[in-house]
Amino acid sequence: MNGEERQALSWGNLALSVTAVAIVGTVIVLPLLVVLKEAFAAGFGVWAASVTDPDARAAVALTLGVTVVVVPLNTLFGVAAAWAIAKFRFTGRSLLLSLVDLPFAVSPVVAGLIFILLFGRHGWLGGWLDARDVQVVFAVPGVLLATLFVTFPFVARELIPLMTEQGTEEEEAALSLGATGWQTFRRVTLPNIKWGLLYGIILCNARAMGEFGAVSVVSGHIRGETNTLPLHVEVLYNEYRFTAAFACASLLAGLAMVTLIVKTVVERQAARQTARGGET
Amino acid sequence: MTFKQKRVLPGFGLALGTTVTALSLLVLLPLAALVARSGELGLAGMVRVLAQPRVLAAFRVTFLTALCAALINVVLGVTVAWFLVRGRCPFKRLIDAVVDLPFALPTAVSGIALTALLAPDAAIGRALGRLGLQVAFTPAGITAAMVFIGLPFVVRSVQPALADLNRELEEAAASLGASRWQSLLRVVLPLLAPAILSGFTLAFARALGEYGSVVFIAGNMPMKSEIVSLLIITKLEQFDYAGATAIAVALLALSLLCILTINALQATVGRAERRVS
Repeated sequence: MNGEERQALSWGNLALSVTAVAIVGTVIVLPLLVVLKEAFAAGFGVWAASVTDPDARAAVALTLGVTVVVVPLNTLFGVAAAWAIAKFRFTGRSLLLSLVDLPFAVSPVVAGLIFILLFGRHGWLGGWLDARDVQVVFAVPGVLLATLFVTFPFVARELIPLMTEQGTEEEEAALSLGATGWQTFRRVTLPNIKWGLLYGIILCNARAMGEFGAVSVVSGHIRGETNTLPLHVEVLYNEYRFTAAFACASLLAGLAMVTLIVKTVVERQAARQTARGGET
Repeated sequence: MTFKQKRVLPGFGLALGTTVTALSLLVLLPLAALVARSGELGLAGMVRVLAQPRVLAAFRVTFLTALCAALINVVLGVTVAWFLVRGRCPFKRLIDAVVDLPFALPTAVSGIALTALLAPDAAIGRALGRLGLQVAFTPAGITAAMVFIGLPFVVRSVQPALADLNRELEEAAASLGASRWQSLLRVVLPLLAPAILSGFTLAFARALGEYGSVVFIAGNMPMKSEIVSLLIITKLEQFDYAGATAIAVALLALSLLCILTINALQATVGRAERRVS
């Protein structure tokens, strides 16, 4: 490479860097900064008052409660699905694989609607539930179900490619040395998949806490009762209480930033694990 | 391997049973309710709902804004992916991490943030207004929100394909006398085309069904800036379950069509690659 070409390359690199930073800066970073700016526009005191308001606290509690139920359940389903799909060959395997991914193809609003059609007053099971005085839709169970639906694929989707690639040899070796199935899973499989699993759980968690469309359809927006934090943000915004809306939104923005940081760390660890595996 | 393998590992029954039970109760049963409801409507009933001018307008607005946004995302996303793979810059790792923000940020938050940026009384909105452009509360605002939500799909589809690209092909093109632009247009872009198309389709599919990040900035004027997702909610609030169901089925069919396109595309590319190697 002669000097002239190198100079052209570095000019090209500079132009490329400036363009890419400008794109990511305006499209992605600017909206995040606006949330923080608006949240603290009236000072820290107003921010603190907005996020400790009883309705906001109830919304945070519901969001955390939903997450505590949804994430472990979908982790369990995800691990089970990945174990069956990645470690075994059976008829209908590729169909099952597509079905596990299906919730990703469903628009959030449609995901909420299907639970109304199933459990709503005029739904399939509505009459039966009404007779027993059980309310699913416009109540917390509906919020739980809709969140379970939209976050269903996250863990499985991270684990299936990883576990397929790892194959079954190590597990077979452990079994032939006398380990039980459960021991094999805990001592052999789990260490191999831990970073992928953690990554899936983080993504599942972020979506569970932040889901808006599906939950908005089924929750009924009952203040202090069925409003999750994203719904509370919407209610405040529609009442023109912008500072309070952005204050609550800043909590969710904080969650997103933590998610990105953990994700970056996990990806780095996973890459390191793969590199180590390659050496041996 | 074509012979039947004996199942050595335990837990197949338990794992499959758990998966199929959870999947059936959580995903398939509710979706079956949707399909059955639309069955009650019949084809004629579906068409009657979908042919309403307001419904047609919502589909047109959603489709066109999603298409525009996905095309913009291809240009922006390929540039960012190019930078992340080939560029040299001290902030590269930070930018790589930040690209996923639209996945991690709850959609309601992005919705109000974009509105705060682009509303006529906000800094950027005012500047654009002086140029005669009103973005917020118009289809342009819907497109802006869809660009935000779709950008990571294109970047994350193109980035690995670009990293795997064999640089020798470009060097060969250069040694045969191609200019940088020629090798880019004739060698690199055709090789990246499947990844770009896949990113485009993912971004488009996501934009079609998007609700939270769009609804605050859309203005939601029937016939002008009302998206399909919002119309479903409006129908539900009017207790028009049949209408909501018909629209939802059409939207779901569109999304599934996108997913099938991607799968078919990946299968074709996979076959082509096997033939080459």
